[in-house]
Amino acid sequence: MDVQTLTYVIVGLSFALYIGIAIWSRAGSTKEFYVAGGGVHPVVNGMATAADWMSAASFISLAGIVSFTGYDGSVYLMGWTGGYVLLALCMAPYLRKFGKFTVPDFVGERYYSQAARTVAVICAIFICFTYIAGQMRGVGVVFSRFLEVDVDTGVYIGMAVVFFYAVLGGMKGITYTQVAQYCVLIFAFMVPAIFLSVMMTGHVVPQIGFGAELLDAAGNNSGVYLLEKLNNVSAELGFAPYTDGSKSTIDVFCITGALMVGTAGLPHVIVRFFTVPKVKDARISAGWALVFISIMYTTVPALAAFSRVNMIETINGPDAKGVAYESAPNWIKSWEKTGLIKWDDKNGDGKIYYSSGKIEDPASKNEMKIDNDIIVLATPEIANLPAWVIALVAAGGLAAALSTSAGLLLVISTSVSHDLLKKNLMPNISDKRELMYARVAAGVGIVIAGYFGVNPPGFVAAVVAFAFGLAASSLFPAIIMGIFSKTMNKEGAIAGMLTGLLFTAGYIIYFKFVDPTGNVAANWFLGISPEGIGMVGMVINFAVAALVSRVTAATPLHVQEMVESIRFPKGSGEASEH
Amino acid sequence: MGFENNDKAKRYWSENIRLVLSLLAIWAVVSFGCGILLVDVLNEVHFMGFKLGFWFAQQGSMYVFVALIFVYAAKANALDKKYNVQED
Repeated sequence: MDVQTLTYVIVGLSFALYIGIAIWSRAGSTKEFYVAGGGVHPVVNGMATAADWMSAASFISLAGIVSFTGYDGSVYLMGWTGGYVLLALCMAPYLRKFGKFTVPDFVGERYYSQAARTVAVICAIFICFTYIAGQMRGVGVVFSRFLEVDVDTGVYIGMAVVFFYAVLGGMKGITYTQVAQYCVLIFAFMVPAIFLSVMMTGHVVPQIGFGAELLDAAGNNSGVYLLEKLNNVSAELGFAPYTDGSKSTIDVFCITGALMVGTAGLPHVIVRFFTVPKVKDARISAGWALVFISIMYTTVPALAAFSRVNMIETINGPDAKGVAYESAPNWIKSWEKTGLIKWDDKNGDGKIYYSSGKIEDPASKNEMKIDNDIIVLATPEIANLPAWVIALVAAGGLAAALSTSAGLLLVISTSVSHDLLKKNLMPNISDKRELMYARVAAGVGIVIAGYFGVNPPGFVAAVVAFAFGLAASSLFPAIIMGIFSKTMNKEGAIAGMLTGLLFTAGYIIYFKFVDPTGNVAANWFLGISPEGIGMVGMVINFAVAALVSRVTAATPLHVQEMVESIRFPKGSGEASEH
Repeated sequence: MGFENNDKAKRYWSENIRLVLSLLAIWAVVSFGCGILLVDVLNEVHFMGFKLGFWFAQQGSMYVFVALIFVYAAKANALDKKYNVQED
């Protein structure tokens, strides 16, 4: 079978599996729809959380980003895993004891205020839509390259599948589907990484191959370490050394911090810890989630290094002077068609050549423009792996995009049906009606997400900074203070959320949209980029909240008692309305 | 209420805070410390084919994160038992 047919078969089988699981586990009540009935085993929940967390961006783009930026890419690796420590130690067990369905639920009740709840709902919905736009682009990329249908058709297929199991199954359907999707995506990610590790270093475990010596053509240790080789090649081609990076220390510090804190403040991640039966399970479930996430995240930098060496050697050839275009490998030509690789034969020698500098810059010798997104998707082709591995990677990319989209859609639909309608606008609706509204909201959410997939906004990459910045500067401090300070009152929390939010949003909007050409280190506040400013926003939020709460009315007694009661596990019921 | 008296509730909470803060200190040292602020110093040291600072940033910190959560879960569960506030 050729690659194309194999891809259809493997992707088709994986879709059939997801739909089958959805039918088997469909939700009958709002509780099953919102929190899967609160009865999910912690290991299962950890695996589903991992699939929810590892988006199309993690699967498709992350290794590419690390591959092109070396040490600088560490901010994502540490940021997107370190947040789980905060979640497990400072949030998950207490929110589980609190025992409601959503993050706005907690903010609204802890700060005894509809205004606080509304701010939290708006943050939650905005963060989720930001994210979904990116997922749908991922679906589009995978479909357009591997199934050779146009991107629009690909997005429609993806929408239909997600619609089916998210709308029908709610959290219950999503959780069990995500377990299957985790298996597909981790298998698809590990297989090429293991292949490459064995080929290049002789080690089966990529995390060990990452630090090992490269093998020479005869299969013996060459005496040159992989990372040493990368640093040498980078120097020859005019790049910064791979293991050093080029960002300033304060910027690396703030971006890592904003991503960690932002991760711990993302509503679709937090809500996961409402679905386990006990407080004890919420603690350990975060640990399992991080185990499953780290399997991939520790492989990412290894794969990034392997592919970079491989890619440079393939393009520049053994003599490092370039390879004639006619004899260049097929993947270069097939990715050229998608526009993700560009070649401009600037010196007219008919050879492809890759080095530092922009392709548009006549002074640079670089003739190639290579998009981050292709590193993972093209790796099996670059390394000449068997056709089924290529098909598997396509299925893995789709699993990553679909699982994350479904989790986000659920938060959107819950925010609308539960936080806006039930708790705000129409408090008297029945469970059945609420469930219906939740499904309608999920349906509308999918249509909007699909719109973004068909007409991808050019600012997807820019708005990701937004999602984390806003989560870090608004929701995270409000939740932390809600648990660890009994005296934090509603005035303080609302003032903190609003100043943190406005400062962070203002800074990002200014540099990303108002004055994008001025988005350089010299103009930044203390040298902190828009990606890292959420860290400063968070500090502002804490400071403003502390000040305001001192000069305004004390927290009511019943709220202080509630805070005391969430601090220990005994007496935690199931997640419930009352 | 879950505690026998107020004093116990206070002691439980301060032991819990001490546990969380000490684990968060390790969390900060391996990531912000070894992986970022001290990365250049640690890069002088070689470890299993890696520069040590780079290893912390792209591998080591994540292994430590996983361990921290499991240690926390075990210790917090033990603390619950000590004060008899575990779930039924």
